[in-house]
Amino acid sequence: MRRFSTVPFKGTPAQEAELKAWLEEHKSMPGAAMPALQKAQEIYGYLPIEVQRIVADALGKPLEEIYGISTFYSQFSLTPKGQYKISVCLGTACYVKGSGKIYETIEKKLGIKGGECTADGKFSLDACRCIGACGLAPVMTINDDVYGRLTGDELDDILAKY
Amino acid sequence: MFRSHVMICGGTGCTSSGSDKISAVFEAEIAKAGLDQEVKVVRTGCFGLCALGPIVVIYPEGSFYSRVNPDDVPEIVNEHLLKGRPVTRLLYDETVAENTVKSLDETDFYKKQKRIALRNCGVINPENIEEYIAFDGYAALGKVLTEMKPEDVIQTILDSGLRGRGGGGFPTGVKWKLAAGNPSDQKYVCCNADEGDPGAFMDRSVLEGDPHVVIEAMAIAGYAIGATKGYVYVRAEYPIAVHRLQIAINQAREIGLLGKNIFESGFDFDLEIKLGAGAFVCGEETALMTSIEGNRGEPRPRPPFPAVKGLFAKPTILNNVETYANIPQIILKGSEWFSSMGTEKSKGTKVFALGGKIKNTGLVEIPMGTTLREIVEEIGGGIPGGKKFKAAQTGGPSGGCIPASLIDTPIDYDNLIAIGSMMGSGGLIVMDEDTCMVDIAKFFLEFTVDESCGKCTPCRVGTKRLLELLNKITSGNGEMEDLDKIEELAAFVKANSLCGLGQTAPNPILSTMRYFRDEYVEHIVDKKCKAGVCKSLLQYSIDPVKCKGCTLCSRVCPAGAISGTVKNPHTIDTSKCIKCGACMDRCKFGAISKG
Repeated sequence: MRRFSTVPFKGTPAQEAELKAWLEEHKSMPGAAMPALQKAQEIYGYLPIEVQRIVADALGKPLEEIYGISTFYSQFSLTPKGQYKISVCLGTACYVKGSGKIYETIEKKLGIKGGECTADGKFSLDACRCIGACGLAPVMTINDDVYGRLTGDELDDILAKY
Repeated sequence: MFRSHVMICGGTGCTSSGSDKISAVFEAEIAKAGLDQEVKVVRTGCFGLCALGPIVVIYPEGSFYSRVNPDDVPEIVNEHLLKGRPVTRLLYDETVAENTVKSLDETDFYKKQKRIALRNCGVINPENIEEYIAFDGYAALGKVLTEMKPEDVIQTILDSGLRGRGGGGFPTGVKWKLAAGNPSDQKYVCCNADEGDPGAFMDRSVLEGDPHVVIEAMAIAGYAIGATKGYVYVRAEYPIAVHRLQIAINQAREIGLLGKNIFESGFDFDLEIKLGAGAFVCGEETALMTSIEGNRGEPRPRPPFPAVKGLFAKPTILNNVETYANIPQIILKGSEWFSSMGTEKSKGTKVFALGGKIKNTGLVEIPMGTTLREIVEEIGGGIPGGKKFKAAQTGGPSGGCIPASLIDTPIDYDNLIAIGSMMGSGGLIVMDEDTCMVDIAKFFLEFTVDESCGKCTPCRVGTKRLLELLNKITSGNGEMEDLDKIEELAAFVKANSLCGLGQTAPNPILSTMRYFRDEYVEHIVDKKCKAGVCKSLLQYSIDPVKCKGCTLCSRVCPAGAISGTVKNPHTIDTSKCIKCGACMDRCKFGAISKG
């Protein structure tokens, strides 16, 4: 389920200027909406409705169409993510090797459910589909760091690093 | 000239386990030893044996170092590179024989493989076009543009018998011929690199290890059907692949292998990367094209087929990365060479991503017709921990499970369909006796329910109802008539869904019901899960003979369900137990069991 964020939108004029400059340059490209949303998420970290409106206006498309796209693809997030984004792979190879249990353990340790962010904004947790490191199963990533061959015992040490 | 080459795997798996650091340490140590004019360090693509990563191979000997740690590097440089003595302690144990070191081609993992699509992976530096060219790169494109007519190219592909490696196995040449026969001012060539099938990563490895092969093949396809523009639709979750592909495209443009008037032939072709955003359905051809157009990636009804009306309503062909990776070799070596490999209706080789409960996880490329037993027992090295092979799953969420009784089936497109699975993109997940087949069916159904785009009702609602029935069974509330309901509904979803996602979504349930019906019955009638996976059906108990009364379990139990006094056997109150398994993990005496 996708939920709207209750966190107030805190976009800066600099972010808006960056996005608008990109949109101005690319608006005539065929199929611009997806790259536009990818760029917007890169700038803001997520896609609050305010940002989707900027994209819609610049591309001359109705907001509902942009919203339809942003809710269709799992990469787009309508809620802010933590400073450290934890993704536990629940692809088949990892699942067979027990990543489901790793996921539950992290939920317990952080006191949040998948898709949520800790109250201090530090960690967010998501399940992801196969990142293609099946040889290292079970795998999780925290931002760009990859942790493989997890057993569950090392989770405290890993989380303590952040 | 360098006397030695140090090849360090730069695929996602090995990079995840720190191969970039190893590469940096090698560079530094080699410079320190004064060997930087003699020894060259190369970051390559995937070697395939991901289980042993990070992998370093040193040529000319072909010494295969596995699980290399940065601390080992000085020793390798000083002993092997300086003094010529391989560090046997760090070599992959299978390559170390008495008094001699075997090359990696002689190991069980590589011996039976035949690398065509992966031929350059782990061999060249993917970020250097000259290395690709040195291995006959772009020679096929040159041959096509200067010696062959478009119809000759199509005929060669038709004769080779190449079938799509992305899932369905549609003959590639037929697809090209259809698109070539539709005149239009603009046509498109697309590449499906949206590898969404969980557990498959061959397309990523080709893009990471040999990106130019895809560019070359797409240009050949463009010439064959009369297209000047191509798109590679690749998952945004594959940053290394995207990065290397972009480098490769830029390099090809720079030296005129993409762009205008390629090889002075008057043929123009250029490529663009489009990033996917995480939607499994975009692996379906019409959905992928809708997504490139910038919309919600929903499939559309066929006909019209993409060869008639595809991307931006123009004739389009779409092939998968691995399919393209075969094309240049077929052009250079001829269709007869290719069709001499494989089975009657499935020619050539197929790359599989071996994963799950198997020793040698990684990528393997084998001739079609190799049996599952050879893959699992010989190439894969068998099941770790002395467990028994239970099933292999192929085809991901569209495929099915192959039971141990069919382990001697030669793997090709038609055999897999006949036994209720499918080739899919080539994920091959091995399962042992600890895997519950009802749970696996549920796992895949959860995936398809999640990924169903919602456009057509049979898939959107049908898969959800199927999942509910499975949940009912795994929670201990199943009734025998649920099995009939599942079969009826599954047949309906297969027959009536709009695209391949829905049409194949019931396969994981149907194949597990076909081969492991007793497990379903056990869940329903006995309310038991033999594999110990389905939580609601588990009961934890303490063996009073083995329990030493150490109290560890009662202290870790989050529910306070375990009681007992020091040095006396403990007991579990099953009404309080939340079945988390913490006690069992903690017990040092093996006194706690589930079942």
